[in-house]
Amino acid sequence: MAALPTVVFMALTSERTERSSERGTPADSRSAVAVVWNSTVGKKAAMAVSGLVLLGYLVLHMIGNLKIFFGPADLNGYAAWLRTIGQPFLGHEWFLWIARLVLLAAVLVHATAAYQLSRRDLRARPTGYRHRRARSSYATRTMRWGGVILALFIVWHILDLTTLTVNPKAEPGHPYENVVASFHTWYSGVIYCLAMLALGMHVRHGFWSAAQTLGLNNPRRDRALKACADLLAFALTAGFLAVPIAVMTGAVK
Amino acid sequence: MNLTLRIWRQPGPDAPGEMTVYQVGGITEDMSFLEMLDILNEELILRGDQPVAFDHDCREGICGACSMVINGRPHGPERTTTCQLHMRHFTDGDTIDVEPWRSAAFPVIKDLVVDRSAFDRIIGAGGYITAPTGSAPDAHAVPVPKEAADRAFEHAECIGCGACVAACPNGSAMLFTAAKVVHLNLLPQGAPERRSRVRSMVAAMDSEGFGGCTNTGECATACPKGIGLDAIGTLNREFLRAR
Ligand code: HEM
Ligand code: SF4
Ligand code: FES
Repeated sequence: MAALPTVVFMALTSERTERSSERGTPADSRSAVAVVWNSTVGKKAAMAVSGLVLLGYLVLHMIGNLKIFFGPADLNGYAAWLRTIGQPFLGHEWFLWIARLVLLAAVLVHATAAYQLSRRDLRARPTGYRHRRARSSYATRTMRWGGVILALFIVWHILDLTTLTVNPKAEPGHPYENVVASFHTWYSGVIYCLAMLALGMHVRHGFWSAAQTLGLNNPRRDRALKACADLLAFALTAGFLAVPIAVMTGAVK
Repeated sequence: MNLTLRIWRQPGPDAPGEMTVYQVGGITEDMSFLEMLDILNEELILRGDQPVAFDHDCREGICGACSMVINGRPHGPERTTTCQLHMRHFTDGDTIDVEPWRSAAFPVIKDLVVDRSAFDRIIGAGGYITAPTGSAPDAHAVPVPKEAADRAFEHAECIGCGACVAACPNGSAMLFTAAKVVHLNLLPQGAPERRSRVRSMVAAMDSEGFGGCTNTGECATACPKGIGLDAIGTLNREFLRAR
């Protein structure tokens, strides 16, 4: 048994008894949630779970957006239906508000964890190397800036198509007309396209990373997970980009 | 071969440091990187200069002492330790940058020597099994599944060199800690303390000021012992299950 000598070598003598119980570590005096949140591993897990919630939402959102290709009645009817989900058990728009609260919570957890972990990471490597060389992949290196871009985009996007504050058309209950009006302005098209490219990068590293963080990855699944991440990133970017491109090229009027 | 070396010189922990240029000649390709530095140091001593301080001990790739970042890579261009890196991987006339491990948790003591006692404290938090060892046990006293034995042994190969921390843009010690947790948690001997081990070791790692893992993968690329990123996945699983 090749591993045994190493174990025996690393083992301490029997005098060392304070660690022999499963309980009694200082961490136990705090609640489990606090222990998880306060450790780098646990905070990253919170980031992974909230990110996966957002990702699940985006897949549904992207598919829903494609209804624009079936015309105003389809998309507007779909938007109206979203407000009736759960009725009569739930009231009008209740489901929508529950979903919004869940999304808001997910964004807050995700961004707070990202901010706190990034600060810690930067402090842990105060001095860089004089000899510079290319490091990890582009998607990996842009997670922080990409995240900031997405956060700014979410604010813009809500002002544009939910509250309609900055929308040129701003007709409540008519998302089709609002989307078309929005993408007729050049800046809206640019903002959406840049944000969707950032989203693709973010998801490409993020999906695989979440699996690794949650301990769901292993050497046999690694390639499949990476392929899945590429596919998701591509499908989301292409699906979301199809709408502004269709409006800007006049395919959707 | 003749080489130009740019080496980080820093007289003490709080003194400012800088890259200093040296010329060294008469290097043959079968010399190790450390032997090349020995030649430089002999010249420096003859000149009455301070020799370059660097850590080394076994010079056969098993102790993990020989920490230095060569041309931006911990332990240099090959998957091996600096002591086992041969000069045949360089060519005559090369300029080589040599720097210490860079991480807040590994402060520079002098030149290329850093203080890695943070690793000792992580080990002290659970990198062992609590058992009366006595004399060597019978080989088959505790059955170990073959797969677990192999995987534990692969991870027991970690020599605690710290190249993973040096390579990580976040100065994270996850690969090191993961190697220890995988090694001990997979074996029946380590199983009774499985949960407390991972909790305490992660807590110790965090309290030393190492950064978090962003799944960048630089650590596994740098590790001279080939510890893979999947170890970190297992550490994460063990930690989340230990709640
Ligand atoms: C070009 C692609 C996109 C289009 C055309 C689009 C369109 C829309 C529309 C029309 C709404 C309002 C739905 C309604 O009122 O019924 C909405 C809501 C929302 N979108 Fe998008 N969206 C796109 C991409 C994205 C992306 C990439 C994200 C995430 C980063 C995102 C996040 C959200 C969120 C969080 C809401 C909910 C806002 C709320 O209900 O308060 N969208 N989107
Ligand atoms: S995991 Fe590899 S790089 Fe890190 S300390 Fe162990 S042997 Fe060195
Ligand atoms: S000197 Fe021991 S591993 Fe290099």
